[in-house]
Amino acid sequence: MNYIFEFSDVLAAWPRLLKGLVYTAELTVASIALGFFLGTVSAIVRHQKIYLLNTMVSVYVEILRNTPFLVQAFLVFFGLSTLGLRLSAELCAVLALTLNASAYTCEIMRAGLDSVHRGQVEAAEAMGMSRPAIYWHILLLPATERVYPALTSQFVLVMLSSSITSQISAEELTGVANIIQSETFRSFEVYLIIGVIYLALSFAFRFAFWAIGLVIFPRKRLLGTSL
Amino acid sequence: MSGNYFLYLGTAALWTVGLSLMAMVGGGLLGFGIALLRVSPVRLFSWAAIAYIQVIQGIPLLVLLFISYFGFSIAGFNPSPLVTVVIAFSVYSAAYLGEIWRGSIQSVAKTQWEASSCLGFPRHLQLLQIILPQAVRIATPPTVGFMVQLVKNTSLASVVGFIELARAGQILNNTLFQPFTVFLFVALIYFCLCFPLSYVSKKLESSYVANR
Repeated sequence: MNYIFEFSDVLAAWPRLLKGLVYTAELTVASIALGFFLGTVSAIVRHQKIYLLNTMVSVYVEILRNTPFLVQAFLVFFGLSTLGLRLSAELCAVLALTLNASAYTCEIMRAGLDSVHRGQVEAAEAMGMSRPAIYWHILLLPATERVYPALTSQFVLVMLSSSITSQISAEELTGVANIIQSETFRSFEVYLIIGVIYLALSFAFRFAFWAIGLVIFPRKRLLGTSL
Repeated sequence: MSGNYFLYLGTAALWTVGLSLMAMVGGGLLGFGIALLRVSPVRLFSWAAIAYIQVIQGIPLLVLLFISYFGFSIAGFNPSPLVTVVIAFSVYSAAYLGEIWRGSIQSVAKTQWEASSCLGFPRHLQLLQIILPQAVRIATPPTVGFMVQLVKNTSLASVVGFIELARAGQILNNTLFQPFTVFLFVALIYFCLCFPLSYVSKKLESSYVANR
């Protein structure tokens, strides 16, 4: 092997890499927030156990969970434009990631909602709590706390799959790397560097979720006991 | 879309299946080694396995594919796209399978280890005859679930020029200019490959919970 590694050209492009990194982070945070909201709403809909609605949501979830994200992104980006709806690559990236994240969040949150014991809800009803209060305090908060570790790892996976949106020309970290490698021909070096950046980013995300968890779930519950 | 196009996508779908199977075998062998290292009482081994899992799970598969694709060529090898992609997918799935199987091995009750060591089993026989047969039952549903991820992720092999289902869809779209129809059909084929696996995984899981 007589290859001379040359990182200087790639490192010289750091302002663009930084821009890509920021964009990846924004894309991820936006998709996680929207996907979490949409997924939680669909989980609540499924929890109602109304036959028609339940079937519709589960079809939505199964379709998104059983097709590759790449193909979903293509469908959103190329498909919508042929249907007359022209959106920017950035918007398509957020849309596709949100839909994808919502399906996984729905499954996770549904498991959380199902894990709350019926007696809890009945007790709250007997105490005269209103429907929204029951949903918020008895169902959603404890359910989210229980599935928080699973949600966290799913959200890190969302960050990792945001790299796929480079294939629909969104200029996030991988997209920027693709451009830099076509200019400098230092392909291996570029991808090695962004590999390290992604690794740091996924640790940063895990740390951030852990810190957020400490703030929003201040009480220490014994997980695994029936709430 | 005429018959030829369907035939083209069908052939590409076979490559997707083949690639998934090869990655599953490669990743399974490597992942089994990772899982054994991870539960090893030797600190150095378990730390090495943790490092491997953390690094691979922290990098997008797309970037891993690029690294292996360009890495092989600068190391002086020129493997075919198939070999490159199979190696990258094996490395990737080994990290996830290793972690799944580590969890399964560790969720076998500790008393099983203690009882078998009282009976004088050496460690390798403890693993082979006592722990692994019980761990396999626990590991089956999540492993099948991971196979769904693997089949879906083979679509990324298209970026390094390997012609599987997603790439075939792109090529077809370049001639037909009907992205919505083409990719909807591609998505349908993926769904037909993945949904049975998801279904089996869910069934296995509920039957395991019921039998516990």
